[in-house]
Amino acid sequence: MKLYEQSNTLSERHVKADKEADAKVPDRMWVKCPHCGTTLFAKQLTAYATCPECDYGWRIAARQRLSWLVDDFQEDDTDLQTDDPLDFPGYREKIAKMQEKTGLNDAVLTGEATIGQVKFALGIMDPTFIMGSLGTVTGEKISRLFEKSTRKREAVVMFTASGGARMQEGILSLMQMAKISQAIADHAAAGLLYIVVLTDPTTGGVTASFAMDGDITLAEPHALVGFAGRRVIEQTIHEKLPNDLQSAENILKHGFIDAIVKRQDEKAKLAWLIKTGGGHRG
Amino acid sequence: MAKLSAAEIVAKARSDQKITGKEIINYLFDDFMELHGDRCGSDDPAIVGGLASFHGQAVTVITTDRGATTAEKVAKHFGSPMPGGYRKAVRLIKQADKFHRPVVCFVNTAGAFPSKEAEEGGQGEAIAQSILQISQVKVPVITVIYGEGGSGGALALACGDEVWMLDYATYSILSPEGFASILWKDASRADEAAAVMQMTPEALLKKKVIEGIIEEDESNHQRTAGNIARVLADRLAALEKLSPQELLARRQARYRKF
Repeated sequence: MKLYEQSNTLSERHVKADKEADAKVPDRMWVKCPHCGTTLFAKQLTAYATCPECDYGWRIAARQRLSWLVDDFQEDDTDLQTDDPLDFPGYREKIAKMQEKTGLNDAVLTGEATIGQVKFALGIMDPTFIMGSLGTVTGEKISRLFEKSTRKREAVVMFTASGGARMQEGILSLMQMAKISQAIADHAAAGLLYIVVLTDPTTGGVTASFAMDGDITLAEPHALVGFAGRRVIEQTIHEKLPNDLQSAENILKHGFIDAIVKRQDEKAKLAWLIKTGGGHRG
Repeated sequence: MAKLSAAEIVAKARSDQKITGKEIINYLFDDFMELHGDRCGSDDPAIVGGLASFHGQAVTVITTDRGATTAEKVAKHFGSPMPGGYRKAVRLIKQADKFHRPVVCFVNTAGAFPSKEAEEGGQGEAIAQSILQISQVKVPVITVIYGEGGSGGALALACGDEVWMLDYATYSILSPEGFASILWKDASRADEAAAVMQMTPEALLKKKVIEGIIEEDESNHQRTAGNIARVLADRLAALEKLSPQELLARRQARYRKF
């Protein structure tokens, strides 16, 4: 176990985020849990893609999450397309490739979902789409999700997974934080419920906006949740950080989330929360 | 004036000779009183806030502050706020809302401070709440970015009704060094990144991210402050003619267009 602990610290995970991103997508025969190091036969993972030892939830595509999360789903805003506002070389090609890979037009899947008798607005960010980064189309889809649910008087559930701002869209990515926050404020002013589920990883501008605006905030076990990048912090303060600093467990301890929920329990828990926690108005 | 490159504007925005938040306050207000503390257990010196009168009217003033002496700079993390700094700002802005006085913010920060304490203190949550709360206040909120406007840490104080920038200021999702290092794996290409990122006042005005550019005299801070005062007086007068409903609708439209 010592060896595992040395080579699978959160620190290395974060520093090598790009290189190791693929390893966190369970598409091979054998997979190793990035949190506890347990080696598993990939088939053992099931569609939930969680570690049977520590309950860590692998980074999964939005559509895979949808497959076990809800009973019914009507997808919205599939036609929006980014404008490449910085004329960034290769960006349009990258988007096209990601769209083909994920079957999404951008880094979030949005629509109206049903669990049992409960109807609600659902957004699921996709960490396999340019690290779930917040582009203009991501922001537009999330804003529309809140606006529509304010009109329909429905609760919103957002699954966050993001490396933060979409670099290739520059300042317009930052503006999405303010745009989404306005839509959330209107939804809140209408007395409607907003539930956030933080998944691995939720960082940067997403943490600094709609991921931390929920009435109820849940997180998956061992999910990385933070604002600044680990490497940036270590280079700024010139010391090594504790491995679990930006973990769901540590932010629970510091009072920033309500509870940690296993993937297998999310469906039932969300249905209960929407019924009990504020979703039944008007 | 010869046209400067984006990299030259970045250098000027970061210059030690740059006008400071405290200088702006001293030139603009003769009765500023600092109000301390976030009421959650901290008083972050990287954000200075308080009450002053401007053209005979009470205003709430908030500025990031990099500090003058080495000791100050260290205490203020060179102008990078801790979560408590944002909570202090939100407290003062909500107070301004309660007493119907406008808010003016002055921003020059590389970004929110990255540290263990900042993470455990909820840096993300503090910024998120600042953005959310400012979107709802029924009084005018105007921000002047007078140096660096670094990422979410700057947006947290630049999400009101209008944002203006001095000639030699920048506003971006991250530093050009960070951008070059993430996208090209080469921090030394920062100058090139600055040009691509469209982080200069001129580029941001074109994208309607800001309302306007304020002329800056690097060698005469008093003159620069005078220019800031004229813009604030003019814009506050215009915004105060609006009803709270009109103000909120206008603010919402400002961000909805992105």
